[in-house]
Amino acid sequence: MAKIVIDQEKITDPQALLELCPFDALEWDNDYLSINAACKMCKMCVKKGPAGVFTFIEDEVVIIDKSQWQGIVVYVDHMDGNIHPVTLELIGKAKELAAKVNYPVYCLFMGYNIADKAQELLQYGVDEVFVYDDEELKHFRIEPYAAVFEEFISKVKPSIALVGGTTVGRSLAPRMAARFRTGLTADCTVLDVAENTDLAQIRPAFGGNIMAHIVTPNTRPQFATVRYKVFSPAEKTSSPTGKVTVCTIPKASLVSQIRVLQVKPKEKVKSIEDAEVIVVAGGGIKSSKDMEMLQVLADKLGGMVATTRPLIEAGFADPRLQIGLSGRTVKPKLIITCGVSGAVQFVAGMDSSENIIAINTDENAPIFNVAHYGIIGDLYKIVPDLIERLSSNHE
Amino acid sequence: MNIIVCIKQVPGTSEVEVDQETGVLKREGIDSKMNPYDLFAIETAIKIKEENSAKVSVISMGPPQAAEIIREAYMMGVDEGALISDRVFGGADVLATSYTISQGVQKFGQYDLIICGKQTTDGDTAQVGPELAEFLKIPHIANVKKIVEVKEHSIIVDMDMPHAVQTVEVNYPCLITVEKDINQPRLPSFKRKMATKNQAIPIYSFNDFIDQNENNYGINGSPTRVIRIFSPEANNDREMWKDTPGVLVDRLVNKLKELKYV
Repeated sequence: MAKIVIDQEKITDPQALLELCPFDALEWDNDYLSINAACKMCKMCVKKGPAGVFTFIEDEVVIIDKSQWQGIVVYVDHMDGNIHPVTLELIGKAKELAAKVNYPVYCLFMGYNIADKAQELLQYGVDEVFVYDDEELKHFRIEPYAAVFEEFISKVKPSIALVGGTTVGRSLAPRMAARFRTGLTADCTVLDVAENTDLAQIRPAFGGNIMAHIVTPNTRPQFATVRYKVFSPAEKTSSPTGKVTVCTIPKASLVSQIRVLQVKPKEKVKSIEDAEVIVVAGGGIKSSKDMEMLQVLADKLGGMVATTRPLIEAGFADPRLQIGLSGRTVKPKLIITCGVSGAVQFVAGMDSSENIIAINTDENAPIFNVAHYGIIGDLYKIVPDLIERLSSNHE
Repeated sequence: MNIIVCIKQVPGTSEVEVDQETGVLKREGIDSKMNPYDLFAIETAIKIKEENSAKVSVISMGPPQAAEIIREAYMMGVDEGALISDRVFGGADVLATSYTISQGVQKFGQYDLIICGKQTTDGDTAQVGPELAEFLKIPHIANVKKIVEVKEHSIIVDMDMPHAVQTVEVNYPCLITVEKDINQPRLPSFKRKMATKNQAIPIYSFNDFIDQNENNYGINGSPTRVIRIFSPEANNDREMWKDTPGVLVDRLVNKLKELKYV
């Protein structure tokens, strides 16, 4: 039983102690200091408070035998056998991590009429592709998909499971983590592995401008989701050595309360994830009609316009054009942010872009911490001029 | 029909920062509000209620002040609510949070449909809905963009997929998470505010739950540990340009030429 205990005798300045907690979880009432439900166990009070007042105590936990869990599995995200590119990015990262702890890399591929596609995955240096091919898996329905994932984990016992942060992945990974009562870290931006096989997961946290390093120290498998375009795809190898293993699961395990009535393909719109150049409109944009100006700039550079969350909420653009943790992650060759302050939630969605140019009037804006070229200036003065110069250049 | 909506109080203006010198988390402007995505979940439930006679309950988990958002839900037309709040639940990660809410949901008795917002604006993980469904052993549909039909024993919804819209029918009890395009949430009504101002907000604490093993809650029930928090790394390989607009545009054009975009 882990908790923070307070030694009431050692309290000298209660008001100063209240200030220690960034989540307002400390209460001073009737000359008694207590911790309420707002506590996030960040232990800031233990670390920064006067000696002896706050103590973190943790019972000894029963340590699991981590050697029972081996290998890294990548969930193969696909639609009718067309493999989502995030899968290749996860394979690339899995191989890098596997090399450090001498693990095999597996793929878990479930669907219907997909068996022939499994060979393709071997070209990326995967050691073993486990295929579950069944008509019940034709469409994504949570119970059958979760049943297959569970069956696979129970059989293979992977230490780490990487799942794409796609619609399906964000539904399936939490379900599996809860089933195995293990940790899941969503939308990791950095992954590494320690010698003891603990996965180092880094992501923005606490809704603020801070990053957290998260581990799953005593349960397995360790689940992590990663969004498209965060990591680089695996390279093809010239001599694949892996194998495809076809597995079956009893039909009785694939029952579902869900019936798919219709699948209507969407009109294909080019997504910002696939754009090589992106011009981003931020809070510095004053009205929705000014979006046209950025569109002209994007057109000149052969790119697309995207935005931050506040502009989506203001109705300036289609939600599919939103960059950031609650929108899309992008990794274009060039990104020009206009009037974007650079909240961590936004930055996490674009900071691996190859060239980042930021235009902002406030030289202390956090966007300048990630920009390769930070331009301190008014976008309303710079962008129109820039468009004009680019136009005259073409003539 | 019984509907439960899960809601959360989130920081109003975000931006918790780490003080570079002391390493202390700075708390500036931490006023709180209802997670904006949850408003769509409440609206979805109330719409269903208006068309099909249903009882709508809300449940939240958080510190005592999170009761504010339950009151707000009352003003929107929700029938009843409860707040899960106990120090024992402190430091809960996604797993422990979902498990705790699953215990709270069972206090409401029988339910047909649970509705969650797509995600929160503070955690942004979109995981609690699916994990909650798993603990309750019910199916879930995420990313619902339209309620097509509410039937006696099932609901038909449109699920938003990257390249397709999948129309599915799912039997009760089930859980759905709704997209923000699904509707336009109503504003809290003054009439409802007056009518509900004395309505109680029950608090569920650890002692109220069926599972009395403390190790399943809070930090003890959380398989993940945050071992370090830090400010995002600044990119050291950067240039800052401060000049008149004319010069800035010149430099920008040259840079775009260098990068071969012009």
